[in-house]
Amino acid sequence: MAAMLEIKNLSKRFGPVMAVDDVSFDVDRGEVLGFLGPNGAGKSTTMKMVTGFLSPNNGSMRVCGHDVLQDALAAKRCIGYLPEGAPAYPDMTPHAYLNFIADIRGLTGSRRSERLDYVIARIGLDGVMQQSIETLSKGYKRRVGLAQALLHDPDVLILDEPTDGLDPNQKHEVRGLISDMAAEKAIVISTHILEEVEAVCTRAIIIANGRIVADGTPQELEARSAYHNSVTLRLAAGAANDVRPALEAMAGIDRVETAGDGAYIVVPSGAEPIVDQVGRTAREAGWPIAELHVRPGRLDDVFREITTDKEERA
Amino acid sequence: MSGTAVIFRRELAGYFATPVAYVFIVIFLVMSGVFTFYLGGFFERGQADLQAFFNFQPWLYLFLIPAIGMRLWAEERKTGTIELLLSLPISLGGAVLGKFLAAWAFTAIALALTFPMWITVGVLGQPDNGVVVAGYIGSLLMAGGYLAITSCISAITKNQVIAFVVAVVICFAFTVSGAPLVLDFFAGWAPETILAVVSSFSFITHFSSIIDGVIDVRDFIYFASLIAFWLFANAVIVDLKKAAG
Repeated sequence: MAAMLEIKNLSKRFGPVMAVDDVSFDVDRGEVLGFLGPNGAGKSTTMKMVTGFLSPNNGSMRVCGHDVLQDALAAKRCIGYLPEGAPAYPDMTPHAYLNFIADIRGLTGSRRSERLDYVIARIGLDGVMQQSIETLSKGYKRRVGLAQALLHDPDVLILDEPTDGLDPNQKHEVRGLISDMAAEKAIVISTHILEEVEAVCTRAIIIANGRIVADGTPQELEARSAYHNSVTLRLAAGAANDVRPALEAMAGIDRVETAGDGAYIVVPSGAEPIVDQVGRTAREAGWPIAELHVRPGRLDDVFREITTDKEERA
Repeated sequence: MSGTAVIFRRELAGYFATPVAYVFIVIFLVMSGVFTFYLGGFFERGQADLQAFFNFQPWLYLFLIPAIGMRLWAEERKTGTIELLLSLPISLGGAVLGKFLAAWAFTAIALALTFPMWITVGVLGQPDNGVVVAGYIGSLLMAGGYLAITSCISAITKNQVIAFVVAVVICFAFTVSGAPLVLDFFAGWAPETILAVVSSFSFITHFSSIIDGVIDVRDFIYFASLIAFWLFANAVIVDLKKAAG
């Protein structure tokens, strides 16, 4: 079966700026794709093209097999979209607004009331249904936007910063909601909260200056960090051992850094794990170890390395 | 329910969700009365017709219709809801039409509320009711013309004040295009045919022949094609903005 969302050679130019430059990727059912990148990298622009708000200069997009440019209405029916900033008509109540969306989406009869009830309960809008949207807090506005996107139970969900403006509890709830739906849908979320990618995404794409610079599972991306498999070693307080020369003398070590709290960070030169080696060296020398652990490599290290590197070259 | 009907309902309800509708209706009715009875000399004319009422309507519409229509697209762009609207499964033409028809229905409601004027004439004399009906239909068509222009201009900007001012200027040009004010601009250099075409665009010329009771189908076709043209331009502008971002 073809992918639910296929994007090929997509480009968009704003005047002299290439906002999106030859971007291609597929998203299958069951995938949650995290779309990462610095502000202005082209995340939102890509999403706006997929959802039919902007037309591309080049490239093609298919949603559930429907071409977004040739058969726009069929493609739009398959998509649930939360635009950046979760815009909604400010003088409507969530009740009127969701009914308006249900009308446009052609939901009728028992399915309509089922979906409305489900979405309102699942997203927790019960208390505010009769209040005008402009009087709602930022978190509630975002949730109304999410409810709108989920209402027709779409196969493809495009969520532009779905947890922006939510408090930690609400963020947790929304992530739970996304994970629950993940199996039956193709989901794309953009975010610059990297822990969110680790929490909900099965795959991440990093985009910088309109181009895809990395594409893989969060674990694969983490492995690209220079700190991947590095070892943190901290001695007991008061220990005066000079461990640096011994650490630096080991094979397969790139460098030894000192962290603020007196811990040493041993960075390997290759991808091979070095924790065993560090542990043995420490035991043989009889150092009083307080802490010894492996850092898996953090996504924000990779993110910073990849995106700043790109910007300097551009 | 079709997309156009859904948009129509939401927009029309939107007017009444805020004080806009009530302020507009009250001002429209008060101004209509002032124009009719003071400037129009309703009683002094001593005739059982609504000429005094209809004669001033182009001038009333000139400012009030852009005030009603300026928000149609500009507000969507300002609040960002246009992104939502254009990603919903409705055709662009359906959205343009739904919005226009809602605003037009709203002006029709305001116009219908001037019915006491008709009753007054009916009580005082024997008006030609056919002419009055023609006047109301003509007035509604003219309001549609002003509204289509405003809706199109509203799609260009996200600033409602700009939309209002530009729409008033264009509406004014269409209102008086038969007058020397506009024609002198072309008279020096343009051939006679251009002059004739420009002057035939005049709202006032077409409207006054309708309210005089001269039912010429060309006047109705004029307003209908004017509305169609500006709404088409409206859709083209919204579509072009998708390409420009």
